[in-house]
Amino acid sequence: MSLNLMAILPEILVLLVGILVLVCDPFFKDENRRVGLGWLTAGGLTATLAISLLAGQPGQPASAWGGMVRYDWLSFAFKMFFIFAAAITALFFMDVDKLGRRAEAYVLLTASTIGMSLMASSSDLVMLYLAIETTSIPMYVLSGFMLDDQKSTESGFKYLLFGAMTSAVFLYGLSLVYGFAGSTSYEVVALKFTSLNIVSVGVLFLILVGLGFKVSLAPFHFWAPDTYEGAPSPVAGVLSTASKAAGFAVLIRLLLVGFPAMAEQWQLTLAIMAAITMTIGNLVALAQKNIKRLLAYSSIAHAGYALIGLVANNELGHLSVVFYLLAYILTNLAAFGIITAFGRIAGSDEIRAYDGMSRRSPYLALAMLIAFLSLAGMPPFGGFIAKALVFAAAVQAGWYWLVFVGIINSIVGVYYYLTTMKYVYLYRMEGENEESFPIPMSRPYVIALVVLCLGIIMVGSFFAPWFDLAGKAAMGL
Amino acid sequence: MQLPILSVIVFTPLVAAVIMLMMKPTMKTEVRVTALAAATFDLFLSGWVYFTYNMQAAGYQFLEKYSWLPQLGISYHVGVDGMSAPLVLLTGVVMFTGVLISWGIDDRPREFFAFLFLLAGGVFGVFVALDLFMLFFFYEIAVFPMYLLIAIWGWKVTREYAAMKLTLYLFLGSVFSLVGALAMYFANYQMHGVLTFDMLELEKAGFPLLFQQIWFLPTFMGFAILGGIFPFHNWSPDGHVAAPTAVSMFHAGVLMKLGAFAALRVGIMLLPQGALVWKDLIFGLATVNVIYGAFIAMIQTDMKYVIGFSSVSHMGLVALGFSTLTREGMLGAGVQMFSHGVMTALFFAAVGMVYDRAHTRQIPELGGMIKPLPWVGVAFIIGGLVSMGMPGFSGFVAEFPIFMGVWKTQWVVAIAASISIVITAAYIIMVIRKVFFGEVPAHFEGHITPISALDKVAIVTLCGFMVALGVYPALMTPMVSLGVQNILRLVFGGA
Repeated sequence: MSLNLMAILPEILVLLVGILVLVCDPFFKDENRRVGLGWLTAGGLTATLAISLLAGQPGQPASAWGGMVRYDWLSFAFKMFFIFAAAITALFFMDVDKLGRRAEAYVLLTASTIGMSLMASSSDLVMLYLAIETTSIPMYVLSGFMLDDQKSTESGFKYLLFGAMTSAVFLYGLSLVYGFAGSTSYEVVALKFTSLNIVSVGVLFLILVGLGFKVSLAPFHFWAPDTYEGAPSPVAGVLSTASKAAGFAVLIRLLLVGFPAMAEQWQLTLAIMAAITMTIGNLVALAQKNIKRLLAYSSIAHAGYALIGLVANNELGHLSVVFYLLAYILTNLAAFGIITAFGRIAGSDEIRAYDGMSRRSPYLALAMLIAFLSLAGMPPFGGFIAKALVFAAAVQAGWYWLVFVGIINSIVGVYYYLTTMKYVYLYRMEGENEESFPIPMSRPYVIALVVLCLGIIMVGSFFAPWFDLAGKAAMGL
Repeated sequence: MQLPILSVIVFTPLVAAVIMLMMKPTMKTEVRVTALAAATFDLFLSGWVYFTYNMQAAGYQFLEKYSWLPQLGISYHVGVDGMSAPLVLLTGVVMFTGVLISWGIDDRPREFFAFLFLLAGGVFGVFVALDLFMLFFFYEIAVFPMYLLIAIWGWKVTREYAAMKLTLYLFLGSVFSLVGALAMYFANYQMHGVLTFDMLELEKAGFPLLFQQIWFLPTFMGFAILGGIFPFHNWSPDGHVAAPTAVSMFHAGVLMKLGAFAALRVGIMLLPQGALVWKDLIFGLATVNVIYGAFIAMIQTDMKYVIGFSSVSHMGLVALGFSTLTREGMLGAGVQMFSHGVMTALFFAAVGMVYDRAHTRQIPELGGMIKPLPWVGVAFIIGGLVSMGMPGFSGFVAEFPIFMGVWKTQWVVAIAASISIVITAAYIIMVIRKVFFGEVPAHFEGHITPISALDKVAIVTLCGFMVALGVYPALMTPMVSLGVQNILRLVFGGA
């Protein structure tokens, strides 16, 4: 197959899955629709993952489609993450009311996945913008999918308004880049933006607004808690993992390839943003009463941690960002999956509703413990090694103050993650008769959660292969 | 090929924890039996390691090394020396007796034993680790189950507060040490061009003096927090009091040693020049620990707080012994870690047994317990004698050399610190008199049921170790002095 086709093989396959879902939808009987659509999407995406891994691995980094996309390990690794996340999310969709039986939901998910994949590989500003919009628009719709639920509608609309606003700012930045560089290709941009002046700083700022929104860096994070709270839980899961990771993929490529000459400026800017993001995320998370808002703030904080690796801007740093995102995608998908599974039965996302959960469903509680301890950065779970690598990179590069801020923040994090677990394990439901309120789990949830929990432990204790993968991705730009 | 005995020791509790979690919640007896089987097996193996350690060969033994993340020089590297072999045995003993004592836990025993065994696996991992990264990995595994164990099964009044306080203190300490460790790692890389977390390599790195001076304090203190060093000891008595019996035993008996041991391994052994510079500060803080801890213990009315603060005082002796950097002091400190671990496990076991029956730990409300609970009474008295440093018991073997070392360093401090022995005697005797002798308060009549056979096994095991070591110190001192030799060689070169 030609290089051009190989470069977008995963996207083509994902598109086929989407089309297949649409085509098959009318043929399912109503009672089979949930099972048919969900497994078709999840199975199709898994097959995509397998085929891409077998046939689509990139060799030497190369440009494809006239320099629109790069075909390298950074894009490939992230594409695999996104497709994996989408497959898991399709499983989580299945038992959500009014979502699991709608073909549109699955199609929107695949469309968004295509956008994210292109975000990770695009090496041209025009392509980048198109990819970001392809990712975002399906997500706006999915966030507001529950039409009869005011919160969901509000969530979708808020996300849309914020997204449109920052997208405009971002686009303005891109137009300035084009105006001064005369090209939209990253490599050419790198040649033009070599000196520090008012234009280059301005451009950098406008671009960081757009991407900061995508990965929810402070002060562009305000949309996240409201959107996560209202959106269906699995959608919030995608927003906080794959969509965020896509933003990071863009940040890595754009800053390293497009603006290497201005490294000092963006390093400092990102360092400050990382410190503020972590601090705001963690401190505000302390006060949350709703678990989705708590996870929203926690995911803001995690964007800050991951950014530390980019600030360090050395080999280990770039690698650690990829590694961090891998661990984080697994962990946060699990966390949102658990919330989906629990909220479906309990009918509430308040933290108080989690009282006595370990007696209602010991295994779901255990999964939650694994996910939350991983978020808190405890071994043998993925979050520990990820955080250790990020901090190590920063120590190596001499960013001691940032490491210090990160440390203090991770202690704050430990506090609220463990406090949440207290509801699960310690407190009792009113009446202390938890045994009569079990939490039945359907098969897709069990499979998805088992895969994720095993993944968290695998990444956290047998880290050599994942480290290799992250290394390949970070080195082969 | 040699049997990978240390790995088996480390992974037995972890595997047992997973197996237990797989069982049905209703299979309570099966869970307990699994736990006991795993603990017995580990006790046997740790005893095996201890008694087959080759004294002639000295150095690190039972070595195993597998690459873990070769790109960064992280390996799974285990081995024991004269310092850590007794601590591995100690962990085996506490784990075994802890399971026996916790037999009666009826609220989710599956989770209880699983978390307890995760903790035990982490502790074993730290004691045998010869790789800095691995040490941290297991250190954190040992810390977080404490939170759950205390918060879920602890004393209802303070458990949430104490568990969180403990976790935050320990986590804070460990991340500071982690940064110190990373600094060492990269400094070694700059100097020698090798990325390695192997502590045997880092020992030879020869870091610049200034580097050692800067990084010694955060690294040492980060771990020493878990060793209960003043002024960061505050979490420890609260944690002891709130924890359920077996967890108190683990916490005071093993976890605090974990802190002291890691501070020694990473702080003093890898940054010896830093230790030389800062030893006076550590010496001073440890002296405060010893005296202040003893005084606070004396005015407590809750039995568990008495033992909790006595632990702070006794762990101060360990830090004091280390900070003398003399052969005697460190030898004593090494033995004290073992002796205090067994002793305090026994104390908490005894207190737990009294509390389970009397439902109070307030000393003034208790009395005459030796009549209904003769085994507990005798055990507590033996523990008390160890605590006072009475000859013929392990406490003497440990404390006497420490004071010799302190005397050589600063005789005034030796005199001051020895006051703590008197105070210890005072509060221990007071507790024994008020709790175990005198009249049994009327409302306890008939409530105090005898202890079970399993409890007796636990008590006898713990007492046996203390008496054996007291009567025949050569069981442990030659081994520990081998470990001390190695440390002094690192600090002073040659020696």
